[in-house]
Amino acid sequence: MSKSTDQPEMNRREFLGKTIVAATAATVAPGVLLSVAKAGPEQKGVTSDVRWGLLIDTNKCADGCTSCVDACHTENGIDLQEKPEGHSDAMWEQQRVQWIRKVKLQDKLTGEQTNLPLMCQHCEHPPCVDVCPTGASFKRADGIVMVDRHICIGCRYCMMACPYKARSFIHEEVANQLVRAPRGKGCVESCTLCVHRIDDGGTTTACQDACSSEGHNAIVFGDLKDPNSDISKALKEQSSRQIRADLELNTGVRYTNV
Amino acid sequence: MRSSTGIKQLAGLLVGGLLLALSTAVLSESAVTKGSKAADLGACVAPTEEMRRNHMDYLQHDRDLTVHEGIRGVKYSLAECVDCHAGKDEQQKPIPINAPGQFCAGCHEYMAVSLACFQCHRKTPEDKTTSLGDALDDKARAGHSLGLLLDAGQQPMLSPAEFAQLHALIQED
Ligand code: HEC
Ligand code: HEC
Ligand code: HEC
Repeated sequence: MSKSTDQPEMNRREFLGKTIVAATAATVAPGVLLSVAKAGPEQKGVTSDVRWGLLIDTNKCADGCTSCVDACHTENGIDLQEKPEGHSDAMWEQQRVQWIRKVKLQDKLTGEQTNLPLMCQHCEHPPCVDVCPTGASFKRADGIVMVDRHICIGCRYCMMACPYKARSFIHEEVANQLVRAPRGKGCVESCTLCVHRIDDGGTTTACQDACSSEGHNAIVFGDLKDPNSDISKALKEQSSRQIRADLELNTGVRYTNV
Repeated sequence: MRSSTGIKQLAGLLVGGLLLALSTAVLSESAVTKGSKAADLGACVAPTEEMRRNHMDYLQHDRDLTVHEGIRGVKYSLAECVDCHAGKDEQQKPIPINAPGQFCAGCHEYMAVSLACFQCHRKTPEDKTTSLGDALDDKARAGHSLGLLLDAGQQPMLSPAEFAQLHALIQED
C-alpha cells in the first residue's frame, strides 16, 4: 500500500483536461488513421499517444561496468570525436561529448554505494526548453526532449538550466560522423533516446541492449502511457523515484532503489 | 538551361557504347559527378529542372519532418543525396561530396553558395557492411576508449543527500 511511485502525478483537473483531449482525438482519428495507412510504415511520425521513458534499477547497475556508456558512444558516433590538437587531457575530459554518464552514490554513514547511469531525463516540463531563445530545444510529441541543431545557436542556456548536467557542447570541428548522428561545432546535444531507432520502429535503446547483453538488465525502455508495457508494469510493481522530484519536471526517466 | 532530360536520355541511348567520346560529352551536360551512383541512373528524386531550382527548400522542409515529426526515409533526405551523388576516386574510395568540384560543391562554388550542412552531416556514403563505415580506422580507434568517468575511481561520488540536490553538483570531470 505504501508504494511510492511518482509516475502519474496528475491532479484531477489535469486529468479532466486530458480526458477531453483524448475524446477529441478519437473523433479526429478515422481521418488521421487513413492518411497514416497510406503513408507506409516509415511515414507515421510522432504522436502523443506514447511517451517514451526509461526505468533504471540501480540495484542491477554493476560497479565498474560501462557497457551502457560505451554502447551509447558507438551508437551515436560519439567515439568518433577526436581530441583537438593542442588541447590538454584535462580540457578534453571536460569538453568531450557525453550523453550518458555513470554516477556513484555513497551513503556517508554506512558507506553503502549505489551506481546509476544518468542521462537526459526527458522531462515533461523541460527547463532547457523554457530557456531556449530560438526554439531549438524542444520536446517531441512522444516526450523525447531534443535539440534541433539546425536552429541551435550554441548559446548554452539549456546547459545551465539542466539540473542533470545532461547536455554537451561541441567546442571544435568534428571530422567524422555517422549518417545517423550528424554532429558539428557550435551546437548543444544530449541523449535522444536513440530516436533514429524509435522512428524506424525499434523498441530498444543502445544502452538498454548493452545492459541486457551484459546480463544486468538494469535499464528498461518503453512507453509510459501504455499500461501493458514492461516499463509501466515495472513502475506499478515497485517504488520508483524521479531525480530532483522537487522540481516537478515529471521526468521520463525513473530510478528504483535509490 | 541546357538540353532537356529527354534529349539527353535519347542521345545516351542512341550513342550507347559505340561512340564513347560523344556519350561522355553528352553526360557532362549534367552536373552529376562521374563515378557516383547517380551517374548510372536516369533521374533524381524529382525532375532535374525542379531539383536544380528547389532542392534547398525541399531539404529544409524534409529536415523538419525528420527532426520534429520523426518521419524517416523522407523523399529529400540529405543522407540520400550523399549516398547517390558522392563520387569515388581511382581507389574506389568515396570523395567527400562537398570537396572542391564535387557534386554539391561544384555548382555552389560557381553560384557563391556556402553550405554549413557538411560540418555536421556525413560527407560520404556510409559503408553499410560495418556499422562505423570508414570513418575511423582501427589505429585511431585504439587508445580512443572513453576515459571520462569510465575509471571507477574517476566516477563522481555523491552522497544521497547531495544527489537529491543535484543541480550543478556533479563536479567530477
Ligand atoms: C549543427 C549540426 C547540423 C548542421 C550544420 C546541419 N544539420 Fe541537418 N541534421 C543534424 C542532426 C543532428 C539531424 C538529426 C539526425 C537524426 O536524428 O537522424 C539532422 C537531420 C537532417 C535531415 C534529416 C535526415 C536526413 O539525412 O534526411 C535533413 C534533411 C537535414 N538535416 C538537412 C540539413 C541541411 C540541408 C543542412 C545545411 C543547410 C543541415 N542539415 C545542417 C545536424 C545538423
Ligand atoms: C537515387 C539517386 C539520387 C538521389 C537520392 C538524389 N539524386 Fe540528385 N540526381 C540523380 C540523378 C540520376 C541526376 C541526373 C538526372 C539527369 O540526368 O537529368 C540527379 C540530378 C540532380 C541535380 C541536377 C544536377 C544538374 O545537372 O544540374 C541536382 C541539383 C540534384 N540531383 C540534387 C539532389 C539533392 C539535393 C538530393 C537530395 C535531396 C538528390 N539530388 C538526391 C540521382 C539522385
Ligand atoms: C545545379 C547546381 C547545384 C547543385 C548541383 C547543387 N546545388 Fe544547392 N544550391 C544551388 C543554388 C543556385 C543555390 C542558391 C539558391 C539561392 O540562393 O536562392 C543552392 C542552395 C543550396 C542550399 C541552401 C543554402 C543556404 O545557405 O540557404 C542548400 C542546403 C543546398 N543548396 C544543398 C545542396 C546539396 C546538399 C547538394 C548536393 C546534393 C546541392 N545543393 C547541389 C545550386 C546547386
